[in-house]
Amino acid sequence: MNKNFSWFNLTSITLGFAFLYIPILLLVIFSFNESKLVTVWAGFSTKWYSSLLENQALKDAAWVTIRVGLVSATVSTVLGTLAAITLVRMGRFPGRTLFSGMIFAPLVMPEVIIGLSLLLLFVAMGFDRGFWTITLAHITFTMCYAAVVVQARLQDFDKSVEEAAMDLGATPVNTFFQVTLPIIAPSVISAWLLSFTLSLDDLVISSFATGPGATTLPMKIYSQVRLGVTPEINAISTILIGIVTIGLLLAAYVTKRQTERSERERRKAFGATG
Amino acid sequence: MSAKANGLGRWYVIAAPYLWLLIFFLIPFFIVFKLSLSDVATAIPPYIPTFSWSEGIGKFISQLDFENYTFIFGDPLYVNAYLSSLKIAAISTVLTLLVAYPMAYGMARAPRAWQPTLMMLVILPFWTSFLIRIYAWIAILKPEGFLTMFLMKLGIISEPLQIMNTTTAVYIGIVYSYLPFMILPLYASLEKINPALLEAAQDLGSRPWRAFWQITFPLSLPGVFAGCLLVFIPAVGEFVIPDLLGGSDTLMIGKTLWNEFFNNRDWPLASAVAVILLLVLTIPIVLFQRQQQNERESGR
Repeated sequence: MNKNFSWFNLTSITLGFAFLYIPILLLVIFSFNESKLVTVWAGFSTKWYSSLLENQALKDAAWVTIRVGLVSATVSTVLGTLAAITLVRMGRFPGRTLFSGMIFAPLVMPEVIIGLSLLLLFVAMGFDRGFWTITLAHITFTMCYAAVVVQARLQDFDKSVEEAAMDLGATPVNTFFQVTLPIIAPSVISAWLLSFTLSLDDLVISSFATGPGATTLPMKIYSQVRLGVTPEINAISTILIGIVTIGLLLAAYVTKRQTERSERERRKAFGATG
Repeated sequence: MSAKANGLGRWYVIAAPYLWLLIFFLIPFFIVFKLSLSDVATAIPPYIPTFSWSEGIGKFISQLDFENYTFIFGDPLYVNAYLSSLKIAAISTVLTLLVAYPMAYGMARAPRAWQPTLMMLVILPFWTSFLIRIYAWIAILKPEGFLTMFLMKLGIISEPLQIMNTTTAVYIGIVYSYLPFMILPLYASLEKINPALLEAAQDLGSRPWRAFWQITFPLSLPGVFAGCLLVFIPAVGEFVIPDLLGGSDTLMIGKTLWNEFFNNRDWPLASAVAVILLLVLTIPIVLFQRQQQNERESGR
């Protein structure tokens, strides 16, 4: 592998990242604009952030969104991890093809279809639409992403470690919590974070699944965006981008440290026996 | 957790996610299909059920009502919306591939130490809100927006650009928001290619361009295939992008479905639109499943 970038590769990477990041950068910069115009710079100001704090409807929506995110990410990580184990470790069982189909189809299925079908289910079951129906809907589509993330890690690691634990008399449940889970932990954490951000982000499925009373932040932002571009939306977007960026950097740091540590331990273990 | 471990516990592990997906993913499709055969009504919920279990199957079959389907196929507005969604999604997929390929290629050839950081930089926008990323483009594309100001300052144009609320804006929006989905599988397949193959080709006198088309590109085809499906399928049913960036002449079926449902409150018709959309997407979705399955089997 090359030690340096070739000029062609460097150009394509630079242009690509400029395309990906300039829109976001402009949005962040103009959230600090003094003027109400979002394209003409008139001086630095944080007044749009303080006006956010006075907007009760927005704060309510943010609170609903965070609660939905916490509950749905947690349930979806548990279900997604079980689904990943089913896909990777369970071998063949009746209905396996249907199962893997149901895991992968939601990843590409247009959101309008998922949203409409879930709403009709909730109506048919006579559920009160609101917080819980949004949460159920979010669990359903985020657990497939969680399953894919955990599955990738499960596939990578050596099954013989689990088999060794069981040969030494550990029950399957013990083996899972003492051997498997610590090894796949970084992927379980990423699965949770991904589920949480997907939930935080979702507009279409929530709009179908909700009833009167529960409005999420994306729904609130969407209804304001339709009326026009305002610095307040820039400000709230900047806060969301900031939260996600910090969360991701933390997750990357934790994962890196964990892999380094397990690498060290593995080397030590093999050093002692060999 | 080995396959042969124990009988009952194994079924518990399988049952939880399996039942969840059956109830919340599969069964709802049957409800959508059922509702698509019903009539609209001004009630809550706004439809007249076609079928109730108590009346039995015979009654159900005699009442089957394909009115919504004949209506959709009879109205050029709907047919055009399907066709134009497929066209917009196909063109956007090709454009995304053209933007993503050089980037993924550059990343796969970048110094090893840089690659995790570059990967992180590709994934980061995918984690930030879709809605916000589309919103960011409104300020760029609108007539008095950044792009017009920038190009006017350079003296390239003298009139404001009319991109906002056109299909061009929808293309830009789709390419922008789906780019990570294309780059990741491309990068994964490009990175696997053994550089010795290219060195061998060069030693044997092949020019870089020819080596690319005869070795690199064919070996990256699984990534191209996966990336294209990951972009094309959701793009066909896209709602947010055509709604916020597109104009009144941008017909897309996701938007039609949304309007039927939320504005006209015609749930049965919206369901029929969804059923047809699902049928249209069946082939690409099955191809995607196959591809994922192959990937899993070969990764083992």
